[in-house]
Amino acid sequence: MIRALLLSAAAIVAVPAAAQDIAIVNAKLVIGDGSAPIDGGTVVVRGGKVVAAGAGVAVPAGVERVDAQGKYVTPGIVAAFSRVGLTEVDAVTGTNDRSAPRTRFSAGLDIAPALNPMGSPVAVNRASGVTRAIVAPGSSSNLFAGQGAVVDLADDMDMVTKPRALQYVAFGEDGSAKAGGSRAATFLLFREQLLAARSYARNPAALAEWGNDAMIQRADADALVRVIDGTTPLFVRVDRAADIVNVIKLKGEFPALKLVLVGVTEGWLVARDIAAAKVPVLVSPLTDLPSTFELLGATQSNAGRLKAAGVDVSVGVFDDDDAHKMGYATQYAGNLVGLARVPGASGMTWDQAFASISSVPARAVGMEGSIGSLRPGRAGDVVIWDNDPLELGSRPTAVWIDGKAQSLTTRQDRLRDRYATPQEGALPKAYDR
Amino acid sequence: MIRGVKGSLLAAVSLALVGCAASNGETASAGDKPAEKPVKFKKDPYPSTYKAYPGQVTAVRNVTIFDGEGGRIDNGTVLLANGKVEAVGGPDTPIPADIAVYDGTGKFLTPGIIDIHSHLGDYPSPSVEAHSDGNEATSPTTPEVWSEHSVWPQDPGFSRALANGGVTSLQILPGSANLMGGRSITLKNVPSRTVQGMKFPGAPYGLKMACGENPKRVYGGKGRAPSTRMGNFAVNRATWQKAAAYKKKMDDGKAVDRDLAMETLAGVLSGEILVHNHCYRADEMALVIDMSKEFGYKVSTFHHAVEAYKIADILAKEGICSAMWADWWGFKMEAYDSVNENIPLVYKAGACTIVHSDDANQIQRLNQEAAKARAAGRRIGIDVSDEVAWTWLSYNPAKALGIGDRTGSLKPGKMADVVLWNGNPFSAYTRPEKVWIDGALMFDANDPKRRPVSDFELGQPGEGDVK
Repeated sequence: MIRALLLSAAAIVAVPAAAQDIAIVNAKLVIGDGSAPIDGGTVVVRGGKVVAAGAGVAVPAGVERVDAQGKYVTPGIVAAFSRVGLTEVDAVTGTNDRSAPRTRFSAGLDIAPALNPMGSPVAVNRASGVTRAIVAPGSSSNLFAGQGAVVDLADDMDMVTKPRALQYVAFGEDGSAKAGGSRAATFLLFREQLLAARSYARNPAALAEWGNDAMIQRADADALVRVIDGTTPLFVRVDRAADIVNVIKLKGEFPALKLVLVGVTEGWLVARDIAAAKVPVLVSPLTDLPSTFELLGATQSNAGRLKAAGVDVSVGVFDDDDAHKMGYATQYAGNLVGLARVPGASGMTWDQAFASISSVPARAVGMEGSIGSLRPGRAGDVVIWDNDPLELGSRPTAVWIDGKAQSLTTRQDRLRDRYATPQEGALPKAYDR
Repeated sequence: MIRGVKGSLLAAVSLALVGCAASNGETASAGDKPAEKPVKFKKDPYPSTYKAYPGQVTAVRNVTIFDGEGGRIDNGTVLLANGKVEAVGGPDTPIPADIAVYDGTGKFLTPGIIDIHSHLGDYPSPSVEAHSDGNEATSPTTPEVWSEHSVWPQDPGFSRALANGGVTSLQILPGSANLMGGRSITLKNVPSRTVQGMKFPGAPYGLKMACGENPKRVYGGKGRAPSTRMGNFAVNRATWQKAAAYKKKMDDGKAVDRDLAMETLAGVLSGEILVHNHCYRADEMALVIDMSKEFGYKVSTFHHAVEAYKIADILAKEGICSAMWADWWGFKMEAYDSVNENIPLVYKAGACTIVHSDDANQIQRLNQEAAKARAAGRRIGIDVSDEVAWTWLSYNPAKALGIGDRTGSLKPGKMADVVLWNGNPFSAYTRPEKVWIDGALMFDANDPKRRPVSDFELGQPGEGDVK
């Protein structure tokens, strides 16, 4: 019965449209690359991709015109670090594929087949303007959590934009817990697993020779080889200032590592080291409590200070709800704009803040050329908003992903409509739909 | 992480019943032998030592005022003196000479935010195991525990709620592991060496209760009752029955063995202690309402109340408040039917509407949560003005806590618990500029000396930072 209800709801929502050739005109156009909004702007999407955006862009013949009536038009939000698609109801374990605490595999895990594009969090996040997400696994039984993906939030069955787009590992207190109880164990285990993978790459028979003494499984070694050579970016959760410095030093040993730091709560204390290493960071910018001893320096000015030091700062929504409420990205970015007005605090300009939830995370995961902005050649992920997208309560009025118009109706909307008047009528509420 | 219990309160009920008498009085209670004269026990053995900090006579002019009761004054003036709101009015409001006068042009002034649902202090930062003091999860009913005995006044979260959130009072509740989690305490959000130095003078106690998944999971997991929702009710009813018998004995003037648990429940049955009931599902709230009638108590507030919108008419009729999030959902089964319009739909039905946090982060931006809810309401045609939405943040929670006659709105004679915002507080771009509590300036964004730093953060990285 539950299943039937879900199916019927899905049937109403999900009739994926074909890619349209559209021109959205009369827009307050936000390119998403940190440039200022353009009044009276136009964006043209053909064949699922942006072909032109800016002021004075001509609308090609045969392309459908959509008048934005002066509203904000932006690239879709890129959720910088999330678990969208990996869970429906967190506490209902059968629906929750974030982590695999009892697997014998680690780095080799690949979340792609665990993603559920039909899950209600996908639709809810899409309705809040999120069109792409960087999705990382939570944890495995070992140090490396596995391989995440870049996904789209379209209402179709094909969610994966780029599989195995990142490898995820936590250092700090979480890493210690996995590695055997200390940071020393974490760094040694990390190094030894990469070295084992490198040996395997040079001599694939080595794993068999190691037998049960092997530190990693073959699938893990395959994945780690791609980390060592920089094919797969390594997303590292790390917060304590000293841990950040030590993680950056790993590049000395493994020079091709493509590091992306996640969390980075005390990053402002070592901002120059991060900037010098040219390592991008993903932060949850409103984290300001010393909720552990590795977050003692937490401040909402972290993002602004890192940005001022020249670090590429993406704003994400994690340590909060990383699957259901990715729409908080706009609120968090808006708060950074507000912080810039607080004496002694650091924030961002509006243009920087918007970029931190669109093109900057795309760049962090190596996809700046294909998603995250309205520059020509990027995916046709476009949102028309009812108001300033960084303001509270603003919502999309239209969303395209790869040039396809998307449904913005969610299961929550259906419940809301059913109970807009809570009293039951001639028949029970179950008949209202 | 921690979903605390909440209670629901019929606002009108409790004000009459809970005043200073409840906390200052003594109760006839147990004696060792039935024949002895009943012994009196203090109802307030850990009395508040809070006194307003020194303040200056202060005026703010040319400011937009939300008075907390739904009123708005553009180009307004407020005068604070002797810890109280002295005057609120338009540009012609007289103010004395030679006092501190702030120009509020482009700024907004509101009553301080009151969070009816917090675990600051009993689940403090750092959230290490040694600090896990919010759930006495050793029995499904622990009405004998008092959350004030767990509150660590050095929790840095209090200062964040003040400086970033404009929170001037808050209720600290036990967690929701238990059906009856224990007594709550209402605090003034002032730093203090002791919890007594934070206690809101004369505020009634609350009893935290919890419906649904948490109690049955915690105790079912230990192989004991309750392990089901029907078990939840059975254990609750048996406990209320016992409390009713205890209270009757006391009412009849008979000596009773002192029982701290029963004392709390008897306080609920006599209306002195307000029930704050964590409950998500509509059907369970409806059952709790019947249980409260069965035993003769009143639910002040349903906390979380994710499905309040499904029974908003019933909640309005029963006079029960709902304390809600704007958009939390999906973290557990009973939070699956959340809608973004829950808060405005409850408001539209005429029921008491409150925005709460249950979270050390979100308590820092309850104004933003209210703004999101208000916007969601407007999209479906529920037009809520800024000034009316502010009632969700100050006056309604004050009433539900039994302190609405003393704080929560800007009326002459009430506590000068006031926030000056550097813009419209329903904008993401706005932050508190100054916060007064009982007329004392406790936070000033322009003065680093007016930024509290807890003992825990002293000498640590980032001490005194803007946070």
